[in-house]
Amino acid sequence: MSDFVEQLALCVERGKVNKESLYPPDLKGQDGADELAKQALERGLQPDTILKGCILGMDRIGSKFSQNKAFVPELLMAAKAMTAAMDHLKPFFQSGEVKRKGTLIIGTIAGDLHDIGKNLVAMVVEGGGFEVVDLGTDVSTEKFLAAIEAHPGSIVGMSALLTTTMVNMESAIRAIKEKYPDTMVLVGGAPVTQQFADRIGADGYSPDPQGAVAILNKKVA
Amino acid sequence: MTFLAKVKSGKVLISDGAWGTFLHEKGLQPGECPELWNVTRPDDVYDIAKSYIDAGADMIETNSFGGSRFKLEHYGLADRAAELNEAAAAISKKAAGDACNVLGSIGPTGKILIMGDITEDEIYDAFKIQAMALAQGGADAIVVETMTAIDEAVLAIRAAKENTPLPVICTFTFEKTIEGDYKTMMGVSPEMMASAVLPAGADVIGANCGNGMERMIDIITVLRRIAPGTPLLVHANAGAPIVQKGKTLFPEKPQDMFKLTPRLIEAGANIIGGCCGTTPAHIAAIARAVKLYEKDK
Repeated sequence: MSDFVEQLALCVERGKVNKESLYPPDLKGQDGADELAKQALERGLQPDTILKGCILGMDRIGSKFSQNKAFVPELLMAAKAMTAAMDHLKPFFQSGEVKRKGTLIIGTIAGDLHDIGKNLVAMVVEGGGFEVVDLGTDVSTEKFLAAIEAHPGSIVGMSALLTTTMVNMESAIRAIKEKYPDTMVLVGGAPVTQQFADRIGADGYSPDPQGAVAILNKKVA
Repeated sequence: MTFLAKVKSGKVLISDGAWGTFLHEKGLQPGECPELWNVTRPDDVYDIAKSYIDAGADMIETNSFGGSRFKLEHYGLADRAAELNEAAAAISKKAAGDACNVLGSIGPTGKILIMGDITEDEIYDAFKIQAMALAQGGADAIVVETMTAIDEAVLAIRAAKENTPLPVICTFTFEKTIEGDYKTMMGVSPEMMASAVLPAGADVIGANCGNGMERMIDIITVLRRIAPGTPLLVHANAGAPIVQKGKTLFPEKPQDMFKLTPRLIEAGANIIGGCCGTTPAHIAAIARAVKLYEKDK
């Protein structure tokens, strides 16, 4: 079993989606995350082991990304491979046989249409074993509140790329805390700093996606 | 004299400063389409262009950074790409007059090619519409800027070169890595950038945005070494933004840029201007520094 987890983790880390995929060139022709996950279920392995392989692989690529040893393209391909494997887990998530660690509601703040950074965090957090509810871009405070209502106990993540929109996070956090004082809110985005996060009342900040997973893991531990 | 002839004359030229932060100061609301102002508030857009010309810029950009159909579609304006870009160039042309030049700005589409959610042809066509409209409106060159991915930048350069007679400038946005070298968020180093965009047809290359002028000196030093004969352009941010009392501030003052300009010229920059957070006062300071530098030479 640990062999399988390691094999799948490697496919995820390297972004090997499936057998036909030409990326990465050195794994051409080999089984990818898609085939490995399918075979695992056929062989009767616990569905949970697929999730373990994904988490391990995403953790490795996420750490490399934090250390500037991997960049956006590598992270995107890894996420694509992870999704290919996770697709096989859908029925088990639905039946409750495989459980996620928690739920992150994520969105780019009102007025801001940038989604690359937000999407990267969503992918890495999903790869960290969490369910992600992605509200998209230009998300109003009302939308955040409605999502918390629909997913009680969730953690909220907000993103901003523009210096002109990051300030909108403050009012959104205030409204969330007023109605749901126990809800944890994380913020991120190019112009956001720890200092800014502290000042606007956010509960956490990370300069990279892996840091967000670390905060979430600590919260659900 | 053509734009390229001016650039190659050996004189250091001055470009303009920020547009986005300037537009917000003039009342553009978050969530509002900046390019729409080219037809709804042309006088305000003209004021920005003119203020940089008055500050001593030899060239100004156009209010068309997000003018590709992929950016405009967020506002339901995708079908107005040609109209909005042409208007952008016409406004800047009016401000530049005959003595100064207009650089038609093309920014990233926000799409990532390797994810496969968009084709190369679709991106090429979007850039083609934009470049042709900017040329039509009177641009003297196209500036493909704030790029981070080689594939997208090369498509933009090719779309401009193959469909307009204009020279093309291409600038990437690099960040300093933990290792101390410079890469874009897509992992592209200045070396990788130069070896891809020069064969694609870029006439001028360089860097924009980023974290201030000091770091631009490092980047230009690398680009000068690997592209010894290519004119280099810098549009530097006024440092990394900081937020105070709900307002965003850029820490580099005109005086800071004035002091750093000679080192940027020494490193090999041929055209110097600003990006986010820079104002006409910054551009005037850079122009003064260039004048002093050339006098002392």
